[in-house]
Amino acid sequence: MIEARGLSKRFGDVLAVDDLTFDVQPGRVTGFLGPNGSGKSTTMAMIMGLDHATSGSVKILGKQYHELRWPLREVGALLEARAIHPGRSARSHLWSLAQYNSIPKTRVDEVLDRVGLIDVANKRVGKFSLGMGQRLGIAAALLGDPAVVLLDEPVNGLDPEGIRWTRTLCKSLAAEGRTVFLSSHLMAEMALTADQLVVIGKGRLIAEMPVAEFVAHSTGNSYRVRVSSPEALMTVLEGANGEVVLSADGSLLVSGLDAKTIGDLALSLGVAVYELTAQASLEDAFMEMTGSSVEYRGVS
Amino acid sequence: MSTVTAEHQWTIDEPSGRAGLRQAVSAEWTKFWSVRSTSWSLIALLLATIGLGILSTHALSTGPATIDPIRRIFVGFNLGQFAIGVLGVLYISAEYGTGQIRSTLSVMPRRSVVVGAKAIVMGGVGLVVGEVLSFVTFFVGDAVLSGSASHVAFGAPGVLRVLIESGLYLALLGLIGLGIATILHNSAGSIATFAGAVLVLTLLVSAMPTFIIHAVSRFLPANIGQTVFALSAPPRFATIPVFSPLTGLIVLAVYAVVLLAAGSFLMSRRDT
Repeated sequence: MIEARGLSKRFGDVLAVDDLTFDVQPGRVTGFLGPNGSGKSTTMAMIMGLDHATSGSVKILGKQYHELRWPLREVGALLEARAIHPGRSARSHLWSLAQYNSIPKTRVDEVLDRVGLIDVANKRVGKFSLGMGQRLGIAAALLGDPAVVLLDEPVNGLDPEGIRWTRTLCKSLAAEGRTVFLSSHLMAEMALTADQLVVIGKGRLIAEMPVAEFVAHSTGNSYRVRVSSPEALMTVLEGANGEVVLSADGSLLVSGLDAKTIGDLALSLGVAVYELTAQASLEDAFMEMTGSSVEYRGVS
Repeated sequence: MSTVTAEHQWTIDEPSGRAGLRQAVSAEWTKFWSVRSTSWSLIALLLATIGLGILSTHALSTGPATIDPIRRIFVGFNLGQFAIGVLGVLYISAEYGTGQIRSTLSVMPRRSVVVGAKAIVMGGVGLVVGEVLSFVTFFVGDAVLSGSASHVAFGAPGVLRVLIESGLYLALLGLIGLGIATILHNSAGSIATFAGAVLVLTLLVSAMPTFIIHAVSRFLPANIGQTVFALSAPPRFATIPVFSPLTGLIVLAVYAVVLLAAGSFLMSRRDT
């Protein structure tokens, strides 16, 4: 498990990570969510002891990273895509990491097989595609059969099949009782993969809650309703204290009522319901939460 | 949400003790030989030292006797020292250049162990390669000289000393290259610094006022090398204080240790 307490990191004038306190528990996938540049990678680097915290602390399995006796057997990490010498073969790269922690050579081919790179084991890593590089990074993370797995933006550059594979892998690692902490700036992917969320923006903690709660928070506020006679339903819905807007295409945008109430009222009125969909998406909720904390915003 | 399952039964047993220098040396050994720059640098080293030795001694083979034919045979070492220095530099600077260092430090977070392992591998390889090279260079060069007035017997006084210490000199220059790069991290900057210390500084000092030449010359690696791979100090050192070859090598060893220790200290202070 991972415990961050008041973790902060300053680069010159920029406070990249600002007083982060959160816990990552074993047995479930914890998503680390935030826009690009929000401090996710810096936090990961501090967990790994690569960057030094300006103040506060972070412990992994109850220890500081450099106190781990066999780091690779306790923590497996996929850092930013290419933390690998391009001139080495995939097999040599993994073998050298394995040797650092007395991990048997047979394990190298086991993980290469698991991530689907066994056929290119002797190919130089520099020739790998972005997706293959990510898989090799995941193989390195799995080498030591670790209790904690850290994955920094693991689905970057992966094709849909690879994304699905990573999602399944994360879930199965968590189901085996491991602590799985993965960062992403993609809300939709997180909603599918994670059980728990740590959301940050501009280095600050915005939310720490189960995904289900996050989803509940962010949907059900507004519904799009298409029925056989919109005007009639509109009157009834407004009578039930709903706020209703009639769109140009004839559909209704309803807020202030839940889906069940809307459906029941339509039934009692005898109108046919063609569509009843929640409007606020997870993306919207995420944007809403982190909106004021996005550092670089494009103009649209 | 998934429920927390029973503690996972890990498939690999964790050994007792902790990961340390022994594991690090075997891993760094694998890393050393699994990149192409290693063989390129070693081939360059081989060609420079033996090749130049042959060229230089060939001219001697027909002429009158030379005072110090060993210096002519070993003339390639003046160039070879750059090849081994570059090898030492790249051994760690390439890790910083590619991001590999982050993988390395994630499996061995204690910086001093990583630097120590690299120094053992680099020093060990440098010593073996250096010794082999110095014996091969001698016998090849001596074969060229055989029958000429400049021929030196293997058993002649001082020859064995030159052969052993020249290999040692190359190993130490490799470690100095490694030490510089452990501090600077950047390949180009480290190679330039190494070349500056070995070549430019020597030229620069020789153009300085006499009192500076007297004070500094003997501390310069290239000048130490001049006394190591020769039977006697070169004539231009006749009026300048020089270290004996052995003392010179000890000075170089101190440089290497100081650079590596400083680099290791800085690594544990800096973000990676």
